[in-house]
Amino acid sequence: MKRPPVPPPTPPRRSPKASQMTYGNAWLTHHLTTLFTSFGQILRTPLPSLMTAMVIGIALALPAGLYLLLENVQHLSNEWNGTAQISLFLKQTVGEEKAQNLADWLLQKKEISGVQIITPTQALEEYRNLSGFGQALTALEDNPLPYVLIVQLATANTDLGERLLEELKRKPEIEVAQFDMLWLKRLFAMIALVRRGVIILASLLTLAVLLVIGNTIRLAIYNRREEIEIHKLFGATDAFIRRPFLYAGGWYGLLGGIIAWLLVHFCFWLLQDPVKQLSLLYYSQFELVTLDLLSSLALLLTGGLLGLIGAWLAVGRHLKEIQPR
Amino acid sequence: MIIFNNVSKRYPSGYEALKQVNFHLKAGEMAFLTGHSGAGKSTLLRLIALIERNTTGQIVVGGQHLGRLPTHRIPYLRRRIGMIFQDHRLLFDRTVYDNVALPLVIGGFRPPEIRRRVRAALDKVGLLNKEKSYPITLSGGEQQRVGIARAVVNKPPILLADEPTGNLDPNLAKDIMNLFVHFNQVGVTVLVATHAVGLIKHIKCRMLVLQHGGLIGDTHLRMMR
Repeated sequence: MKRPPVPPPTPPRRSPKASQMTYGNAWLTHHLTTLFTSFGQILRTPLPSLMTAMVIGIALALPAGLYLLLENVQHLSNEWNGTAQISLFLKQTVGEEKAQNLADWLLQKKEISGVQIITPTQALEEYRNLSGFGQALTALEDNPLPYVLIVQLATANTDLGERLLEELKRKPEIEVAQFDMLWLKRLFAMIALVRRGVIILASLLTLAVLLVIGNTIRLAIYNRREEIEIHKLFGATDAFIRRPFLYAGGWYGLLGGIIAWLLVHFCFWLLQDPVKQLSLLYYSQFELVTLDLLSSLALLLTGGLLGLIGAWLAVGRHLKEIQPR
Repeated sequence: MIIFNNVSKRYPSGYEALKQVNFHLKAGEMAFLTGHSGAGKSTLLRLIALIERNTTGQIVVGGQHLGRLPTHRIPYLRRRIGMIFQDHRLLFDRTVYDNVALPLVIGGFRPPEIRRRVRAALDKVGLLNKEKSYPITLSGGEQQRVGIARAVVNKPPILLADEPTGNLDPNLAKDIMNLFVHFNQVGVTVLVATHAVGLIKHIKCRMLVLQHGGLIGDTHLRMMR
């Protein structure tokens, strides 16, 4: 049999320029169509879709709720922060003039917003009134109490307060310097610890969301295997085939985000009344912080983005396996 | 338009589906690919559309060496080939209209252009009144005509059909074959794989005969000699 002539090789055509006139707004139309078609496909199986979205919603609501709780604790402790103070017990030998000088010196420091001098007489008076040892104390010949300076801190930063404390302890006039708000420091340390825990939890739940969406999209891909094969037979690019699945993942994530938002709001609504009662008992104006507009948007965006990423991971892995028969 | 030069296809299992196949189908030509089942007809068509790659030899389609075509360019090759299958391969959750529109949507055509072309294609196969039906409600012959409308809707220069009349009764089969002849008359290169030799006897065109993966007959070449 005669061998047919083979033409010289031609380089592959870079792009389908022949149909260039057909692109442009057709591209946008196609994207929008795919966007809404993929949403329609989610609605076509309402119950399984809702369950998937619920799982994602709960996984998102947990870290969001905990984060919000921390914000509230922070908010509350900031209220107390104004009362952070250091008590300086001066040496017995320090007299009124020296105490006054020290107070003036302290007031010049920018970390300090105010200094109150308690003279030994005032202290004894106060002690007599509060301790109930009134009669016993009159028996004292000398006033054994020293001058005390109550130093009001201008900053909420406990580290800065600590450094100031160290500096004051080295002053010769000062016998004892004591941070009255040590418990506040402990609280901050605890908040830092819980915050770290929330970050770990959030990372794990993020992974869970990715896996849930990845699995959902994987199932969707296998359910539409025939469709994908036919698309490939008629010249669909990988991007074209990927697109509806990516959008579906985005929708799932967004729906999950909406459900998370509703859950968080519902839970905080349940807490609102008891918190109000409690803060009334403490004569506090404290009000629960809930999700503001920005954090709400961030929550929804996070959901959508996680959905997109989860879908991307699943699609990348599974579309390659499907080749037309 | 389609050139096979010493093309062989061997599967990983060691089975050799095609052995040293040579032929040249010119632009605007029409040919039937015949042979008993398992002779390699489907494999040959699949190599042209790069559903599979040949093991040795060269295939040139529309001036493009398929051996040098990177995987990401395959979609653009397939957009220039209309394919028709024995089992139709329609999407049953979409209307006839949407099925036919598929290659145009993939090709990124504008909606008005899609409407115009889908109507024209459906009109050509006589199914314009069925555009809103679902494929499941159509008869086998009608489903195959939807498949043909889909294959020609973006006016590809090449049409490949794999046993297009396999499940149809002789009268319907004749109609389908006449459609292919019609497309060939307007300049489309057509290659139809079929084992229904009786059906194509009356159609005067080239016939490639495969047996056990080898090309044993080429009536066109015989006429040339």
